[in-house]
Amino acid sequence: MIIAVASGKGGTGKTMVAASLALSLAALTPEQPPLFLDCDVEAPNAHLFLHPALTEQQEVGLLIPSVDEAKCTHCGKCAEVCQYHAIAVLGQKTLVFPQLCHGCGSCTALCPEKAITEMPDRMGVIERGPAAAGISFARGVLDVGEPMAVPVIRQIKKWAQPAPSQVTLRDAPPGTSCPVVETVRGSDYLLLVTEPTPFGLHDLSLAVQVAVELGLPAGVIINRENGPYPALEAFCAEQGLPVLLRIPFERAIAEGVAQGKTLVGIHPDYGDRFRQMFMQIASQL
Amino acid sequence: MKIILTATSPNIESDVDARFGRGAYLIVVDPDTLEWQAHPNPGVNASGGAGIQAAQFVTDQKADTAISGDFGPHAFDALQAAGIAMYLYGDCRTVSEAIERFKAGLLQQVGAPTRGDCDGGHHGQGA
Repeated sequence: MIIAVASGKGGTGKTMVAASLALSLAALTPEQPPLFLDCDVEAPNAHLFLHPALTEQQEVGLLIPSVDEAKCTHCGKCAEVCQYHAIAVLGQKTLVFPQLCHGCGSCTALCPEKAITEMPDRMGVIERGPAAAGISFARGVLDVGEPMAVPVIRQIKKWAQPAPSQVTLRDAPPGTSCPVVETVRGSDYLLLVTEPTPFGLHDLSLAVQVAVELGLPAGVIINRENGPYPALEAFCAEQGLPVLLRIPFERAIAEGVAQGKTLVGIHPDYGDRFRQMFMQIASQL
Repeated sequence: MKIILTATSPNIESDVDARFGRGAYLIVVDPDTLEWQAHPNPGVNASGGAGIQAAQFVTDQKADTAISGDFGPHAFDALQAAGIAMYLYGDCRTVSEAIERFKAGLLQQVGAPTRGDCDGGHHGQGA
């Protein structure tokens, strides 16, 4: 089973929830703790909670075109077929813009002169190793200045495969754009962490649309709950989203998280609540 | 000679559009005869690479010079590779005013990108 944790709005507690759930599940099945993927490759931070020893590392990237100017006739076919404007024919020069290239290979395949070859272009690294409580941990780290996270996320998913019957948790980036969609795609359940604020609700409604578009069942965790927030309750009821867990707005939790503790580290009784939540999700699938 | 300017509306009396890749219209002008043609900027709605598309258009039009308020790094690299001179509007308000100042040699030529990278807007806070 693969559970993705997303939110829409940043800073709602996705990683804190995902890490707490991972530790709770590791206690439930110590013979096979879960696989945890930190897919927030622009700013991975789950290691702060789960303390992995990142023993393996691989460079990742895309194959981007390299033009042989001796063979190129500047016919412009490559620029015409590139949907991303990553290659331009400017008079007697053909220029490649690696940061716009999605590595689709169209220019290479369609060049009538066979003047284009593909060269690997590094975008970041993927790393893995054992973490707290025997959790299998993997993450991607996008290089500074690289604008595209999706290829790195795609490669972590491919590289860090779960063992048979091992539960996978994928910690998504904030937002609802391509990196989130790539993280969530192929999972069985979407856990949405929100906060009872207009901003939290607004972005939750966007994240729910991602779930609907991908045909995924979803449930909500309300973090930092501080009294009733009827608009959020009404939204969840209207969308048929179960509220699986409520975490109060509490100083002890904030202080603990600031020290790198998970919720189950701060309040051990949350372990049972996370396991019950997991059972509820599992029974639904 | 042919110059291309970015404009907010499709005519030579238009206000300038300070953006190169995402300026609404590209006005192609012969500065000697002041004959002109307006074209919608091909990159205006592109999700990325707008400056490159606009630069490709300038090159395909066989223009010598591009005038705008701003040239990003991709547009700059593309125009430079094509050997097209770039000038900045400065405080020019209309396209025709910019043409006059260009002819008088009063516009600043660009030797480097005028700003940093754009991106796809996939920013977010880690959480």
